[in-house]
Amino acid sequence: MTLSFLVVATLAIAGTAAAMALRNAVHCVLALTLGLAGVAALYLQLDAQFVGFTQILVYVGAVAILAAFAIMMTHSPRQMESASFSPHWGLGSVVAAAVFAVLAWAIFLSAPSAQAVPPQPDIGVQQIGDALMHRFVLPLEVMGLLLTGALIGSVVIAMDRKEETN
Amino acid sequence: MSSLQDYLLLSSLLFSIGLAGALTRRNAILVLIGIELMLNAANLNFIAFWRYSSTPAALTGIMFAIFSIGVAAAEAAVGLAIILAAYRHSKTTDLDQINSLNG
Repeated sequence: MTLSFLVVATLAIAGTAAAMALRNAVHCVLALTLGLAGVAALYLQLDAQFVGFTQILVYVGAVAILAAFAIMMTHSPRQMESASFSPHWGLGSVVAAAVFAVLAWAIFLSAPSAQAVPPQPDIGVQQIGDALMHRFVLPLEVMGLLLTGALIGSVVIAMDRKEETN
Repeated sequence: MSSLQDYLLLSSLLFSIGLAGALTRRNAILVLIGIELMLNAANLNFIAFWRYSSTPAALTGIMFAIFSIGVAAAEAAVGLAIILAAYRHSKTTDLDQINSLNG
């Protein structure tokens, strides 16, 4: 366990934990960007530069900003008065802790095979583009179709239908 | 560089944080963010297993992570649109108060 891993892991855990624990929803989203940037730094540490920068573009740049906009659009005074955690938060926390305990137990139990770190793979954007255009071209097209459908669908769902009813 | 187990432990901790948020928060947007965090933990697992595999040149882990990020982006867009539509209907994003299916 190296120092850089500890620093980046602490950043990611602290950011995500704050995003799930803070009371003000806007603060939660700001903490979320920190946590997601920490995860992106973990990707960079694992020599997956393309995925790391995709993470920053998609999550920090798009999803977090989208969530911030949604929180500001749905801000209502009534909601600020009510508690931000559900009345059964204790049960939910116990379930999450139990899930973590089971996962950690399974990880520690698994045989630590191949402890030696493999040499740094020589993967550039060109190899990724080649793979996307040849071996993974069908998933790529399906992904484009899915994104088109999802974006059109979300616009239709979120559209204000007042004009139609009048 | 750290071992594979460190990354797996970290990602299971991230997953548990996301699960705790999805189970305990009352704001629908924050529940969605918790689900996104769980997806992120799965992506971290993909990348970690790819990095420690014996054939990283096959790029399968990277491709899994990229497509998973794309699906997560689509999911976030649709989820937030649904939350906005529900807010327009019931004037709240509190999941304890959105308890009616009657349009």
